[in-house]
Amino acid sequence: MVDMGGSQPVGTAGAVDLPETALQFLSPDGQVRSAGPYSPYVESLTTDDLRSLYRDMVLTRKFDAEATALQRQGELGLWVPSIGQEAAQVGSAHGLKPQDFAFPGYRDHGVLASRGVDLVQTFAHTRGVDHGGWDPREHNCHLYTLVVGAQTLHATGYAIGIVKDHACATGDPTKDEAVIVYFGDGATSEGDLNEALVFAGVNQAPLVFFCQNNQYAISEPTSRQSRVPLFHRGAGFGIPGVQVDGNDVLACYAVTAAALDAARAGMGPTFIEAFTYRLGAHTTSDDPTRYRDSHDAESWKALDPIARLRLYLTLSDHADQNFFDEVDVEGAALAARAREAVRKLEAPPLDSFFDLAYNEPHPLVAEEHAEWTAFETARLELMGAGR
Amino acid sequence: MTVTIPDTAADMDTAQSGQTEVARLSLAKAINAGLREAMTRHPKAVIMGEDVGQLGGVFRVTDGLLDSFGPERVIDTPLAEAGIVGTAIGLAMRGYLPICEIQFDGFVYPALDQIVSQLAKLHSRSGGRLTLPVVIRVPYGGGIGAVEHHSESPEALFAHTPGLRVVTPSTPQDGYWMIQQAVEATDPILFLEPKARYWDSADVRLGDRDAALPLGKAAVVAPGRDITLVAYGPSVRVGLEAAELARGEGVSVEVIDLRSVSPIDFDAIEESVRRTGRLVVVHEAPVFFGAGAEIAARISQRCFYNLEAPVLRVGGFHMPYPPARREADYLPDVDRVIGALAQALSY
Repeated sequence: MVDMGGSQPVGTAGAVDLPETALQFLSPDGQVRSAGPYSPYVESLTTDDLRSLYRDMVLTRKFDAEATALQRQGELGLWVPSIGQEAAQVGSAHGLKPQDFAFPGYRDHGVLASRGVDLVQTFAHTRGVDHGGWDPREHNCHLYTLVVGAQTLHATGYAIGIVKDHACATGDPTKDEAVIVYFGDGATSEGDLNEALVFAGVNQAPLVFFCQNNQYAISEPTSRQSRVPLFHRGAGFGIPGVQVDGNDVLACYAVTAAALDAARAGMGPTFIEAFTYRLGAHTTSDDPTRYRDSHDAESWKALDPIARLRLYLTLSDHADQNFFDEVDVEGAALAARAREAVRKLEAPPLDSFFDLAYNEPHPLVAEEHAEWTAFETARLELMGAGR
Repeated sequence: MTVTIPDTAADMDTAQSGQTEVARLSLAKAINAGLREAMTRHPKAVIMGEDVGQLGGVFRVTDGLLDSFGPERVIDTPLAEAGIVGTAIGLAMRGYLPICEIQFDGFVYPALDQIVSQLAKLHSRSGGRLTLPVVIRVPYGGGIGAVEHHSESPEALFAHTPGLRVVTPSTPQDGYWMIQQAVEATDPILFLEPKARYWDSADVRLGDRDAALPLGKAAVVAPGRDITLVAYGPSVRVGLEAAELARGEGVSVEVIDLRSVSPIDFDAIEESVRRTGRLVVVHEAPVFFGAGAEIAARISQRCFYNLEAPVLRVGGFHMPYPPARREADYLPDVDRVIGALAQALSY
């Protein structure tokens, strides 16, 4: 259990001004303080829960670092680093129950890890062998969506389906279902998100809009997207908004778990803004030195979500060095498996993409497939003859 | 011949029980009757769109369905086309069979990303794990004197998008069956309804499911010997009228109603052109990069040695759809079709 006996905050290194409105339980100096009505969610966390949060964050970061390296080595066409956003992703996703459904964006490796998706499966997409990679139904976790904000409508439709199925507000919290959708600060400018807020609002859909405000949409600071704090965005749609310290995994967990509970109970959607920072580049193709002050990143490193939880776990005796070592070993094993697995990922033959264009037979596809097969057969014969 | 007008649910009972009845229906009422059948047969089917519930749709195609199936299944959505299609995707993932209505052709473009980048691709990008049985009904085409954005023919955009099917009935009979087949199909379908034909009436055989031609198959609607005319949607009636006039001149025109623009039943066209040696394609959409261009290319390839003349196309021009008082000049009418037939026969 988490004890709220933390002392007053001490000064932290760096000059990041977290908004006063951002809810925080766990300060950078490893102290946990009460944060109003959400406190029961934190207080009820067991040692295993806390360790699980730490573990998923560390595994996500190790994997992310390995993937970034694999991109540099040419094994991946692109990588989208999640470093710095582990608390927002892992904390929020730990508020989900197995029957809930998550719709991630494309940087949400911590969400996948928390949902039990094998992170290695994300390589299918970035290595260029498949546009998906995992079975959305197996872990109730949708595929990544690259068109910014488009997934917010899919999540809303799914959540409306829950209402139609009378699968929320049943009075049995173990059966009630809810949905969470992930997006960034840039997506708040997209029409799709705004339409999703409209549909979710009027339908009182059991949906949590989880915005990771990592301060930049590629090069554009959040000030280019909004005149008001992003968590105010829901108000005009009748959707309550909460801002949370996105580098505080306990706060991200508590606020999201509470919002999901409310959704499952039939109280409608919530908009959560997790105020965080993208420590890495937008993608491996990006050069953040062109638009960000390098001191920024240094300041935010002082607010590192993993170091913060580790400090707390140590100070509160929830974990010791042995546990941290075990997690590091597990992370190293995941990275090693990732290195090995990525090289084995090969694109299936073009035949499967002909087959997948439609679910039912389509004469044009069949005709082109046959033509292509005949051509390939002839080409292979010619190559064989020329040998 | 028994004639009943199934304006009410009670009248439809016989049709639902599998007996065949014949009713004289307009295209709008025939689609309405088909929707009623589909909604009855498939409890997961939901109708969603702007004004589809209380109002019954601006063309009354969903008239009475709210009363029969309730607001849980006939949903007046917010005024947001991307929202309609995007939430339909989520509902389909949840096991529903969404039947979306986009109120007019020119209003489908706000939903284009959701249709083209999301709906059309999800089956493939999920490795076939997800199916998206979403129907998007769109009243399309001109000829009703409407204001701008209410008369367009965007079928080529969607036919050009792998993953989508595009069908368009031209008769009440096809409207009745094809909407039911579309709801039961497991691929996303653009269901384009020729709004100028909404009020055309004809006898419709109800209930006899085996009589329905498979979705995606073309139909010879007027047999002929001298020349083949391919049309779809609103242009089929124009083609038939032109064929009738040509018959008076001693020319036998075979008219094919394409019924589906993706896939296109090239086999049916080929079979006809091998006999006639001549082909004219008619549609309202701009000719440039239109369905007619694809038909001309493929039939030229398939029937090269049978063709007596180049494949000719009659359709809209490369300009924004003109104001209503000039649309008669823009739309392919009987005179322009006769002109093309005469040109094809002059070779």
